[in-house]
Amino acid sequence: MTERAPAARIWTFAILPVVLLAGLLFLLMRSGAVGVVQQEGVPPVEKLIVERAVLGPQGIQLTVLNDGPDPVTIAQVTVDDAYWAFTASENRTRLAHLGRTRLDIPYPWVAGEAHLIKVMTSTGTTFEHEIPVAVRTPSAEPKQLAAFTLIGLYVGVIPVALGLMWFPVVSRLGRTGLDVLLAVTLGLLLFLLIDTSHEGIETAGALPDSYQGLALFLAAALGAYLVLESFGAWLRRRRSGAGSQTSKAWVLSLLVATGIGLHNFGEGLAIGAAFALGEAALGTLLVIGFTLHNTTEGLAIVAPLARERPSLAQLARLGAIGGLPTIAGAWAGGIVYSPVLAVLFLGFGAGAIAQVMLQIARQMADTESIAVRFSSPPVMGGLAAGFLIMLATGMLVG
Amino acid sequence: MKSLDRRALLRLSGLASALGLAWGARRTGAQAPAQSGGAYGAMAHAGHLAGPVGRTALDAFNPSVFLRAWNFSDRSPSERGRYYRETRRPDGTLLREYDLVAVDREVEIAPGVYFPAWTFNGQVPGPTLRATEGDRVRVNFLNQGSHPHTIHFHGWHPPEMDGSLPEHQVMPGARFVYEFDAEPFGLHLYHCHALPLKRHIHKGLYGAFIVDPKTPRPPADELVMIMNGFDTNFDADNEVYAVNTVAHHFMHDPIRVEVGKLVRMYVINLTEFDLVNSIHLHGMFFDAYRTGTTLTPSESTDTLMLCQGERAILETRFRYPGKFMFHAHQSEFAELGWMGLFEAAGARRDT
Repeated sequence: MTERAPAARIWTFAILPVVLLAGLLFLLMRSGAVGVVQQEGVPPVEKLIVERAVLGPQGIQLTVLNDGPDPVTIAQVTVDDAYWAFTASENRTRLAHLGRTRLDIPYPWVAGEAHLIKVMTSTGTTFEHEIPVAVRTPSAEPKQLAAFTLIGLYVGVIPVALGLMWFPVVSRLGRTGLDVLLAVTLGLLLFLLIDTSHEGIETAGALPDSYQGLALFLAAALGAYLVLESFGAWLRRRRSGAGSQTSKAWVLSLLVATGIGLHNFGEGLAIGAAFALGEAALGTLLVIGFTLHNTTEGLAIVAPLARERPSLAQLARLGAIGGLPTIAGAWAGGIVYSPVLAVLFLGFGAGAIAQVMLQIARQMADTESIAVRFSSPPVMGGLAAGFLIMLATGMLVG
Repeated sequence: MKSLDRRALLRLSGLASALGLAWGARRTGAQAPAQSGGAYGAMAHAGHLAGPVGRTALDAFNPSVFLRAWNFSDRSPSERGRYYRETRRPDGTLLREYDLVAVDREVEIAPGVYFPAWTFNGQVPGPTLRATEGDRVRVNFLNQGSHPHTIHFHGWHPPEMDGSLPEHQVMPGARFVYEFDAEPFGLHLYHCHALPLKRHIHKGLYGAFIVDPKTPRPPADELVMIMNGFDTNFDADNEVYAVNTVAHHFMHDPIRVEVGKLVRMYVINLTEFDLVNSIHLHGMFFDAYRTGTTLTPSESTDTLMLCQGERAILETRFRYPGKFMFHAHQSEFAELGWMGLFEAAGARRDT
């Protein structure tokens, strides 16, 4: 009994603030004390966000979210400055905070042209959604799945596989050559890190404010970084336990493949989503751009293995880890697109790439300090070259 | 992936189709040629697709009643007496005394859309005042609104009755009496002239002021039609257009007229922000009397353009029974609510 008493007291003190907080919240809601700081007759804060526009043969379908603190009532819809008929799913036009509804607008949209939709609330406030280029939105039919698979193959799998085919060249490189190659890889990854972060932060910015997009992105990045860090450590322990001399290179290569895979998943999501959101007419040039851009990723995966003798199957496995997620991403983006999911995966990608970069830098430095190792002209040249290759091929994507 | 901006997309889609390699187009191309230009699937079995959804509550203000009401004729006799009184003067003309009150009021301008208006006597447009040339007009104005207001009449009057200069402002809670002779005959208007002018007008402080000639115009079915607009999100651009305030009202409740009978429309443009507005009647021509200051028509047309504050009397006789559309010939205004129907009854008659 005497030993339990302190424990009970600690528990009491742990729970007490929570109970008091609940009481405070209750009082605030009951007494309307918050009303004191609000002015009389201030109009409600209205904020609607169009999450998705689907263009079909029967017209336009909008998914609308209330991102404001106050309830909003949707009163009218105009398309291209004309009031138009619409029906709300389950007649739900009054949306509470984070409430969502779907508006079916039987509007005869014109392919290849732009349309501007305005959702008007009961106070006459308008929220705009632009469809920059009207194209029919793909749906989750088998044909569409096949199409997304094809895109994934073009922009993810094939280029990575092509990059892997540089392995015989890579394995004949001397010490300096290998350093340069790893530096090029770092340059490539640096570009991918910037690219993924940029995309992720941009997508996060487009999220409803209530979702705290930037925090979500950073949390995902940090999470992925830490998970990969401990994953790498675990792999290394396992490999060295098996007495393998080559553990470091293999682990590094696997980590690079994983990081690139996560990045490519994000890329696939973005491509699929561009389709799904009715925002993209994906052209041949775009596919070509991504193909060129991503070929270098295969190079990054094989670079750490230059001194190893991987079998074809092992190379294929690494390629699959790096490339296949593009297909999965395109499916997910095209069929069940959610901007929240996109931000999360772009965050995972960024965190993974950052972790991989640090791994490569550590391996290159070996016993020296990273700063010393990287100040040699060949390494610096390689870094710049890698970054510039990505920049140049990235320009093709526009 | 880089963000796909609009120009890039257009360029890419253009290139893609030029190369003929867009796999998507190839795969779906054969399926529905009719749909390749977009989608009009819903148009085939359409009822009313265009126009606002739903109906506006009419108990506070009914545009159809406003159409044929002046000098508070739409009120009950006892209520009318509170706002309008006639006294015959020795020379046979009338002293017409009006009570106008500025009040803030939310008005439903399209189904479910409520506009925080400033009104005369709780309605937009304000009550139509109608006198005969030479009558004395006395308007007792009480400002119960939240801002200073005035009433500025178009027509002959001395400067102190103009309601336009800073010293003419009637503060909230204050009163002013406007008094002048009704001249010249014609179709005029009144509106608040307090600053900022754009806001005071577009918030709803305006109305029609009709001055009949001493020898009346021939009897007719007379209609007051005020073209107006509402900037609901205060971006200096109108979101809702109408004749007599409620978008698309006369699409649901057509203006009923008789074939062969003279129809006289008092049309005033009080749209703010847009340079001009216009009225177009389908299936007929009309005589237009610009500003209504002559007894001979200024033109015969089916489309009349009016700048802000400009007005005209339109006269026509329907030849055919049935429904005839009327609307602004600015398609944008028409599709944002300024559209309606006449419904003529009776047998076909040449006019």
